[in-house]
Parts: sequence; structure tokens; C-alpha cells
Amino acid sequence: MKIGVLAIQGDYEAHKARLEQLGAKVTLVRKPEQLDAIDGIVIPGGESSTFLNFLAERGFLEKLRDFVSTKPTFGTCAGAILLAKHVENPPQQSLDAMDIRIRRNAYGRQIDSSIREAQSKLGQKPLEMVFIRAPKIVGTGKGVEVLATADGDPVLVRQGKIMAATFHPELSADTRVHQEFVKMVKNGHRRK
Amino acid sequence: MSRSRGKKEATPAKAHKPTSNGHSVTVTPNGGGTVLNGNSGLRLKTGLAEMLKGGVIMDVTDARQAEIAEKAGAAAVMALERVPAQIRAQGGVARMASPKKIREIMETVSIPVMAKCRIGHFAEAQILQALGVDYIDESEVLTPADEAHHVDKHAFQTPFVCGARNLGEALRRIAEGAAMIRTKGEAGTGDVVHAVKHMRQIMREMRTLKVLSEEELYAQAKDLQAPVELVRLVAKTGKLPVPNFSAGGIATPADAALVRQLGAEAVFVGSGIFMADGLNFCEPKEAEKRAKAIVRACTHFDDPKVLLEVSEDLVGAMKGLAVAAMAEGDLLQTRGW
Repeated sequence: MKIGVLAIQGDYEAHKARLEQLGAKVTLVRKPEQLDAIDGIVIPGGESSTFLNFLAERGFLEKLRDFVSTKPTFGTCAGAILLAKHVENPPQQSLDAMDIRIRRNAYGRQIDSSIREAQSKLGQKPLEMVFIRAPKIVGTGKGVEVLATADGDPVLVRQGKIMAATFHPELSADTRVHQEFVKMVKNGHRRK
Repeated sequence: MSRSRGKKEATPAKAHKPTSNGHSVTVTPNGGGTVLNGNSGLRLKTGLAEMLKGGVIMDVTDARQAEIAEKAGAAAVMALERVPAQIRAQGGVARMASPKKIREIMETVSIPVMAKCRIGHFAEAQILQALGVDYIDESEVLTPADEAHHVDKHAFQTPFVCGARNLGEALRRIAEGAAMIRTKGEAGTGDVVHAVKHMRQIMREMRTLKVLSEEELYAQAKDLQAPVELVRLVAKTGKLPVPNFSAGGIATPADAALVRQLGAEAVFVGSGIFMADGLNFCEPKEAEKRAKAIVRACTHFDDPKVLLEVSEDLVGAMKGLAVAAMAEGDLLQTRGW
């Protein structure tokens, strides 16, 4: 089992370190052809506009879209923006993979970034959530399972093989969110 | 210089919310939920730097340039009134950019916007924080406002990046609260030689620490003029406790790849994108090409085939100034200590 981390830009090293800590084999993905050799992918935090800029070349976007439609995928922050069907502020292209509406920089600028704790479906203990210039999920479709909310907004969601967080579990010591994703990759071929 | 140490009235107090431990309080805009305070301030500050890794932060002087930068794939922009090459060519006192200009840039792009304050000028920093910039660069490119003291960066909620030439300087800035370090290099020259020198210096000094014994670390801390706790931390982890970026003279895709391979986690590009020489901007079309090429080089820094491809497409780089031919007094990197 090999998990890819999209490494165009952003905190891909933090995801890599966390996945390796959980025993996964990790490849940094910078080119479309690398998608052929992995069983699941993490799209990290960073700038979604930068990601899109790279994805616009060499059929990378189309190839990644195909990948996430069949293989387990986890997006955090910018990654969640890329996975959403609808993006606001500003409207932009996406992988059109998850039935959520997401608003970029919805909480404000860096000065409004925060670390919070809230309950989740991943166990009793509250989950620490690091929000950095975070987007907000402002709408979810029928097939979307909300795994955690903060202040009434969904912040960790799942639809089929795709999971998205508006916060950064890779920046907290708690490994539960990544454990959940590793489990999804292991079950990858069976889940719908 | 003559003021006694530890005087508190000189530090900014109203524009932000320092806690007893010196770190900022985290504030949620819409309330509710449990908000964790204390040390989370520094984690949020370095958190944004984590998001910038692998990317290019570009100097821009107006909304149009900011748009070009964002479109080319910049991870953030630095809002300036004049880029370093212009400051160098025109002379005079270089200060914080006009808030109006910075705001215009903030309203134009969706990526993080940074701005520079003068070394030690905490009032400029307060203004930048009130304006809501995402990162403040306490920068040697501007004319220093204090010959002995840097800004107490713990007292701010907005994260700071500071320049460094060596490990001691980097750790002093981190002790003051910097959440990101960049090499100083020699800004506005288009000559990468000192960005390389400073990155090599910092990496070498960190490697050296790893083989020292505990008692040797005390002596080393004294030599480095840096807090022993931070020296011990670097000795243990082999890296800075905050992200380590490169700046100062990076002008081509190959330059970006060079400093990335030497250990820089991201790259600041100043005059290299929009300037033809010290005074004149290049054609927007050319700037766009350069910007895109450097962004690509920064991501594919270890892939010579991609580097060749993006380099081949370029018509030229800024004319530049050779640092070796410059007088000592013209260097910006010696500002700050």
C-alpha cells in the first residue's frame, strides 16, 4: 500500500511525516504519471490557486480527477477546496469530487486563524483543530457524512472514499484523522 | 541605545493581546467552541509558514503585479512601495509601504499578503497588524529604525519573518518571536551569492551542533550569542524550530532550485521578477513568464529536466549588480545583528 501526497506546494512534508509515523509508505507526487503508482492520495494545505496553476498543465487536473473518483482521497484546507464541487470567494475550478460548497478564507485573514477543540465521530476525546486562513463548508449534499463540526459548521466530512477537513490534523499531535484515512486506503477497493 | 533594558512601556500593548507568557491569545471571530490559548499563538504563526513551503513569495508594488504573481502560482506576495532594486538605485529612507497600497493588494488577491516594517519599528508593525496583513517582514531592506533592538515579536498576533546570515542571528530572531527565518542574501542585486553563503552557513552551523556534547553546547550558545535552550533544540532536531526560507538575490529558476537544494523550504523573489534593471520594470508579459518559471523551479527543484524546460523558455533575467564589486557600506545585510 502506497499513499501519495500531492507535493506541488504547501505542508506536504507534515502529511508525509504523519503517514510514515502510522506505518504507511509515502510518495511525494509532483507529476501526473506518479498517480499510477499509488493507492490513495492526500491533498495538503497550501494555496489552492498555486495547486490549480500546476494542475492546469499536462492533463494533470483530468488525471487527478479520474484518480479521486475511484481511489481514497483526503484533502485538508486547500485540499478540501480542491475537492469541493462548488467553490466561492472567488469561484474557481476544482476536482468536482465532493458534494460540498466551500468558501475560501471564510474566517478572515491570518489574524483570525485559531486552534480549537471539538467533538468528532472519531472517538470520545475532543479533537484539536488547527485552522489557518481556513475555508468554511457552507453547504453539504445528501451523501456527505459530517464527522466533526466546530461552531456549528462542518469541518471534517466524508463522502464515499473521499474525506476533507477544513483544519490541519497534520499540525496536531492527535493521529486519529490520518488513522481513519489510512484505514480508508486499506479498505480502498471495497468501499463505495 | 541609551535606554535601559527591559523597559516595558516601549513595547506595543494596545493593538494586540499579549498574555502573561508573552504569546498571543487566539481569537475566534464568531465565538463558541473551545479555543485553546497559551502557546497556540506560535503554532498558528509557524502554521501559516508551513502552508507556504515549497512555494514562491513575490515582491509586488501594485495590484496589477499582485495579480500577475497570483496567476503565475505565487504562494504569497510581499506588498511594497518599491522593490529592493529600486530602493538601492534611488536611495533615501525606505519605510513601510503606504497602507492604502497594501490594502489595494490585499483586496486584489486571495493568497496571503505580507508587508515589511523597518527593523525595530514596532509602531509600523502595529499599523500592519491593524491593517490585517498575514505576515510582517522585519526587514533589513528598509532603513532600520533602531540600532540596537529588534521588534518584540511575541507581543504581536501577526506572525513575523526575519532575515539571518548565520545560526546565531536566526536564533536571536526566533527568541524574539520570529515564526519564520529567511536568509538575508543581498536584496535587490539579482546576485544569489550571499543567499547561498547564508544558507550554507546556517545549515553547516546546525550540523556542527549535532556532534557537540551538552557542556559544549553552553559554550557554543555563548559563541552564537543565542539562548542555550534554542541551541539545544537545534542540536537535538538538526533544524530550526521554525520554517527556514531563502531570500536575497534570487533572480532565475536555477537560483531558486539552487537554494532549495541547499535546504531552503521556500523562496522569496524580490526584484528578479518585475525589474529589467535597478530602475525600470520589465514588460508584464516577461514578468509573467519569469514568475511562472521560478514557481515551477521551486516545486521541481530536484528535477533538472523540468529546470531545463522552464529555463529554456526565458528571454533574460534582471541585469543585476555583482555583490563582490559593491562597497561595504552599500550592503543591506549588515543591518540588524
